[in-house]
Amino acid sequence: MKAAVIVFPGSNCDHDMYHTLKHVLKVQTKFLWHKETALGDVDAVFLPGGFSFGDYLRTGAIARFSPILEEVIRFAKKGGLVFGVCNGFQVLCEAGLLPGVLRRNRQLDFICREVSIKAENAQTRFTSACHPGQVLKMPVAHGEGSYYAEANDLQRIEDNGQVVFRYVTANGRVDEAANINGSLNNIAGICNAQGNILGMMPHPERASEPLLGSADGRVIFTSILASFRIVV
Amino acid sequence: MASYHAKVFIKLKQGILDPQGKAVENALSSLGFSGMSNVRVGKLIELQVQDADVVAAERSVKNACDKLLANPNIESYNFELSLSDEMK
Repeated sequence: MKAAVIVFPGSNCDHDMYHTLKHVLKVQTKFLWHKETALGDVDAVFLPGGFSFGDYLRTGAIARFSPILEEVIRFAKKGGLVFGVCNGFQVLCEAGLLPGVLRRNRQLDFICREVSIKAENAQTRFTSACHPGQVLKMPVAHGEGSYYAEANDLQRIEDNGQVVFRYVTANGRVDEAANINGSLNNIAGICNAQGNILGMMPHPERASEPLLGSADGRVIFTSILASFRIVV
Repeated sequence: MASYHAKVFIKLKQGILDPQGKAVENALSSLGFSGMSNVRVGKLIELQVQDADVVAAERSVKNACDKLLANPNIESYNFELSLSDEMK
């Protein structure tokens, strides 16, 4: 598998993503500046966290019109694997590759701490190495991560199993206390209907080595690799 | 061609939680402003647009709103167009 990490002005988790892919998982990885107009020979595209374009107008709204995004959209629509974390999730929603939008957190505060999320759907290309319902610990760091979708979109993604991750208590219960930011149905991550695009607010790339306090995020990357028949 | 001044108002749709508006409302209340409620915080975007006539300018601004300035999932918009000062 060859990976590309897209870099926007204001991305700040691009090196974390690169490090996890290249040094932890030994994946051939390159950075791609947002002004590039070709993805080149890659199998998977990663949109990192950060504050692309200073979050001006709306989070992800301006990054969505970067030249490279046209290529990412084309790649995604052909079934290419695309993974957006945090700001990357916001960009995917703004680009219309995933339904819904990330609103300002319910309590207005920037939330920066470890959370528990549950792999609600363990049959995706991003979660196949998880047990169904497996609870993963990893950090979040966002001010605008409250997931919202119109009622019919929400119903559709629930019915299709597109809700991949939910915020839960440490023992895996979905409840209001675990809902850190006011997301509808405790949603922390969703995929598209075809299952090749995932967006999530928590940061698995910051929790893929024991040294960092949790290696739970690694299972998402090993699932991605397994979907390319690579065993690590 | 004529030059128009557009004021685009972007609001959160009814029923969408506005924590920012809520915080401002609480601050107003703490300051002693009584009788103020339902605070909603939106955006005002001003821009100049060159177009053949007002119909074309309206179409351009609407297109900009639909594509970039507002997110239809959670926001609604309306706008006002007027001839730019230097054209009057």
